Amino acid sequence: MTSAQSLFDKLWQSHVVVEETAEAPAVLFIDLHLIHEVTSPQAFTVLKERRLRVRRPDLTLATLDHSTPTLPPDAKGKLPYATKDAERQVNALIENSRKHEIQLFDLDDPRRGIVHVIGPELGATQPGKTIVCGDSHTSTHGAFGALAFGIGTTEVGHVLATQCVLQRKPKSMRINFDGRLAAGVTAKDMALAMIAEIGADGGQGSAIEFAGAAVGDLSMEGRMTLCNMSIEAGARFGMVAPDDKTFAWLEGREMAPQGDDWKRALENWKSLPTDADAAFDREITIDASAISPMITYGVSPDAAAPVDGAQPETTTVSAREAAEYMNFDEGALFSTNKVDRVFIGSCTNSRLSDLRAAAEIMRGRRVRDGVTALVVPGSEAVRRAAEEENLHNVFKAAGAEWRLPGCSMCIAMNGDAGKPGELVVSTSNRNFVGRQGKGVRTVLASPATAAASAIVGYIADPRKYLVEKGARADVA
Amino acid sequence: MLLKPFTSLTSLTVVLPQENIDTDQIIPARFLTTTSKKGLGDAAFYDWRYNNEGRLRNDSPLDGFDRKSHQILVAGSNFGCGSSREHAPWALLGFGFQAVISSDIADIFKSNALKNGLLPVAIDAKAHRELLASPGAEVTIDLETQTVSFGDGWNCVFEVEAFARRCLLDGVDPMGYLLDRIPEIRRFEERAH
Ligand code: SF4
Repeated sequence: MTSAQSLFDKLWQSHVVVEETAEAPAVLFIDLHLIHEVTSPQAFTVLKERRLRVRRPDLTLATLDHSTPTLPPDAKGKLPYATKDAERQVNALIENSRKHEIQLFDLDDPRRGIVHVIGPELGATQPGKTIVCGDSHTSTHGAFGALAFGIGTTEVGHVLATQCVLQRKPKSMRINFDGRLAAGVTAKDMALAMIAEIGADGGQGSAIEFAGAAVGDLSMEGRMTLCNMSIEAGARFGMVAPDDKTFAWLEGREMAPQGDDWKRALENWKSLPTDADAAFDREITIDASAISPMITYGVSPDAAAPVDGAQPETTTVSAREAAEYMNFDEGALFSTNKVDRVFIGSCTNSRLSDLRAAAEIMRGRRVRDGVTALVVPGSEAVRRAAEEENLHNVFKAAGAEWRLPGCSMCIAMNGDAGKPGELVVSTSNRNFVGRQGKGVRTVLASPATAAASAIVGYIADPRKYLVEKGARADVA
Repeated sequence: MLLKPFTSLTSLTVVLPQENIDTDQIIPARFLTTTSKKGLGDAAFYDWRYNNEGRLRNDSPLDGFDRKSHQILVAGSNFGCGSSREHAPWALLGFGFQAVISSDIADIFKSNALKNGLLPVAIDAKAHRELLASPGAEVTIDLETQTVSFGDGWNCVFEVEAFARRCLLDGVDPMGYLLDRIPEIRRFEERAH
């Protein structure tokens, strides 16, 4: 019997080494293992203790991103690490990669960058692959029709040693975005609207497929942003069926199949999308045309609302505590909140299209006095491309800082952080208490909203600047 | 390689009623630059326990008791959401906790916790409310029967993934289990790759 299968079913089925039973999870083969400095050292220690080698270094790629400084080296070539530990951690990965013959994108490599930005850039991320990384935002790669998920360090060890993970098949969920996005509304706004709708645990235990006209309309970058945020809805897997846009993105990239292999791969990839009658455990539909530019107003990503709205009334103890932490007054328009810092970066929104969107708003304008704005490209490749378009000069002329690639203020462990009490409008993915520095208040938003807020000095609606576009010369 | 088995635990509880306690609260990112698991216990809930000058606040529910007799954390719903960092269960174990009880526990945290011998226990909302209201209660968690009990005849059941439960009860190590599957893995590689 052949029954209709979803993209997820097909991806899962084709990687099962040992079937799942009541007693044990499936043994799932991994096609691509991405590693970085933070979640790998203890896994390599386990390998050492057990005298094991990395089983498939050819399917493993390493990059440095979380603890790396975004400021340039000093005159002696020394990078300004936040702490000795950070430097030690980076060196540990360099050492482990060398020892186990893993390809590493080292500090001086023109391909280095945030792990979830470089996988797709290199063409290593492909439809039909299973991809893991010791990082929850691995779901980003699902944008290409891959089964991509975050794992813990113990599992990093499992994959290093066996190229497999133990995993039970999760429930499936499809989120359909019907209709078309309005002008000034982006994939980030879709993600925040979705999380606000289903809740921070709404996707718990599920693999989400994003579908519908508005998802088809998204660029690959936009799809990555959407899949990236799946984890903020509690789901470990987010994915989009591969289509012509996916193939066009990959064609000719360094690690993508070439020649006859490309033709064969293409044939296989075209068979991956969900069959017409495939069933999902849960299915919901969101009207994409009704989505506005979104921001978060609390300390969980589901506390999200249209940027032109006001702080809602609190009904629970948690919501009240969140509002107190954010120091946002009930009923006050979001636009009355003064901004101290703006961060444009992270694996959610640090690709060329994101930087273009921010630059479009900053061009010819100034970051408001008293606001610090940081623009951190996701990779060396993004940095080069942005500089070729002169975007870095747009940011600098506006008074923003143009930094070297890395995770930076998304996780604030490399020294880039806000100060206690500061309000940061950030294009990253988590507004948790203290995520961007102790006592820092984070507002998540799209690059356009973040850029507009930097200019105004208060949380700002980017659509205002789209309207003014025609009459730009009049705008200060 | 055998791990330390976990069969049952009787201990006093520490209650953190907040919902959505994320991994950044459990272990702030700036403590993730370590290359070992040592010392993470001291950084558990650091920003809740220490003031801006780095001095212990002493008013947090996480201090002022004997950690050896308080090995069960009862927390608000959606505990452990956020990142895949295994530093979170390492920090809780390092602090002295052996089990976490909540009404629901984030997937990836749960899976990481189980792999390290920290038992994640998700119970129904009513039982959860009762435990939240009883800080310092003596609670027994029995993994064999999958029950939580405290006081007079009060008990409730919880689910644990069968394989993880076996591993904990018998001290079996998943890495060893996977290494035993190498012949099948090799056959898969020959077939598919
Ligand atoms: S940018 Fe942020 S979310 Fe992305 S990999 Fe880095 S720390 Fe993780």
